[in-house]
Amino acid sequence: MRQGTTAGSSTAREAAHAWLLLLPALVLLVAFTHWPAVSTLVDSFYSTPKGSRAGVWVGLENYQVMVGDPVFWKAVRNNLWFAGATIPMSIALALVMALWVNERIAGRAFLRMAYFTPTVLPMIAVANIWLFFYTPQYGLLEQITGALGLPSHNWLGSPATALGAVTLVAIWKEAGFFMIFYLAALQSLNPSLREAAAIEGASRWYFFRRVQWPLLMPTTLFVLVNAFINAFRMVDHLFVLTRGGPDNASILLLYHLYEVGFSFWDTAYASAITVVLVVVLAGIALFQFFVLDRKVHYK
Amino acid sequence: MSAQRLAYNEPTLLDTLAAWLLALLWILPLAYAVWTAFHPAEFSTRFALAAPLTLDNFRRAWEAAPFARYFLNTTLLVAMVLVVQLVLGTLAAYAFARYRFKGRGVAFALVLVQLMIMPDILLVENYKTMAKLGLVDTLLAIGLPYFASAFAIFLLRQTFMGIPKELDEAARVEGASALQTLWRVYVPLARPVYTAFALVSVSFHWNNFLWPLIITNSVNARPLTVGLQVFSSVDQGVDWSVITAATLMTSAPLLIAFLLFQRQFVQSFMRAGIK
Repeated sequence: MRQGTTAGSSTAREAAHAWLLLLPALVLLVAFTHWPAVSTLVDSFYSTPKGSRAGVWVGLENYQVMVGDPVFWKAVRNNLWFAGATIPMSIALALVMALWVNERIAGRAFLRMAYFTPTVLPMIAVANIWLFFYTPQYGLLEQITGALGLPSHNWLGSPATALGAVTLVAIWKEAGFFMIFYLAALQSLNPSLREAAAIEGASRWYFFRRVQWPLLMPTTLFVLVNAFINAFRMVDHLFVLTRGGPDNASILLLYHLYEVGFSFWDTAYASAITVVLVVVLAGIALFQFFVLDRKVHYK
Repeated sequence: MSAQRLAYNEPTLLDTLAAWLLALLWILPLAYAVWTAFHPAEFSTRFALAAPLTLDNFRRAWEAAPFARYFLNTTLLVAMVLVVQLVLGTLAAYAFARYRFKGRGVAFALVLVQLMIMPDILLVENYKTMAKLGLVDTLLAIGLPYFASAFAIFLLRQTFMGIPKELDEAARVEGASALQTLWRVYVPLARPVYTAFALVSVSFHWNNFLWPLIITNSVNARPLTVGLQVFSSVDQGVDWSVITAATLMTSAPLLIAFLLFQRQFVQSFMRAGIK
């Protein structure tokens, strides 16, 4: 162990100590975050190494391949659709759940548990459960629709419904997670606001729209950013439910990256796709940092 | 007036019904899986009150794949990642919170970069690195990219900054070194934050899938999530009773822990999220 320092010792020694404390974490960060981020960009301008032959400089060729790759564009469109559905749906559900659970509602503890449970389960396990749920003929969904006299439908096997089916799983998984942030925010609101609203005879909707919703805005922004990031990161369930199919009907960007990089082993093209994902995620983070952060209060 | 005030914003019967309906819908897939896992195969999709309960599906799942090894791998992985994250995070957070030095701002910005570019995305390059280090298909390779957690550093730095400087100075006056002060003053006071981070980290790494899938290729290093996926995709379309039993088995530790310590879980996720 190093010798301790007392407050007010020379600044050079202080700095040396500080850097020593930081060193292990920084080395690992550079090795597994900064370095790979930079070398991804570099590799995206080279061809895929074959055997012992190293990759050669190909300029923008990987990006040209990307622009001409219909599966890539399918993944982009699907991912935008996926984001456009999961983000508003999971946030709206989370808000409604939190508003319910925040009140003295019958069975409150059970409700909160039921909503939150999907959050703690592994996505892979959850996907197995939903695969069973969606299974033609045997699945619970088919049993219910069958009992109602509706025709049989292969939810995951048909291109028209595969993406919708995997989106539903994502919403189910996320809503309870976002609920707890709304719940925390609702519980920290000043109770006198509610008393004032009661005295004024404000309707419940008015109270929500004019008092609760504006005060929940920092939470909404925080949840929004997280939902955005998750929309580009959540692909585990695809491995079990659809493998991106049928015919790429449910493929998402990160899954496409996995296929290109680790099924086809075209690492150069995979690097180019990684660059796109990094740009998307960095864009979200920068937007949060420069536009939203002033509004989010630290607790 | 007072009756009206008491009733203000109370959930109506309609609210209660809707909330319960949603909750039942929410646990329906899980309940169906539980039903199937605990009943003989002939009742897996048929509901009868008289259906006999059985643990046979769990036994068969346990024997059909090396789940004991997967459990061991996941446990070791989760413990290793957590311990390293906490040690490195504590040291770095202390430097950021209590030392003034040239380059502190830059160093902190470098740490925060990881919050936006997560290791989950940098699969291709990290795989190449692990191949060069000869670490492919090891537990260490699964954990390495997550050892330095920007999130842990950030969370602990915020907490350490909120600890009164007087406590620090008092310890120094008594002759404690920097590391002793950190250990005796800061770490105990930040205990709730450590618990919160631990729960979030354990849940994350217990559930993590994509990176472990890529970097492992044998039973020796495969964690539960990957093992479960291999198991259920090989047996595709076969015995749902066994697959749901295996699924519940892999989720059970977290699920039971969550049901027992609901409040801590919810508060930890909240604290971790709000930063």
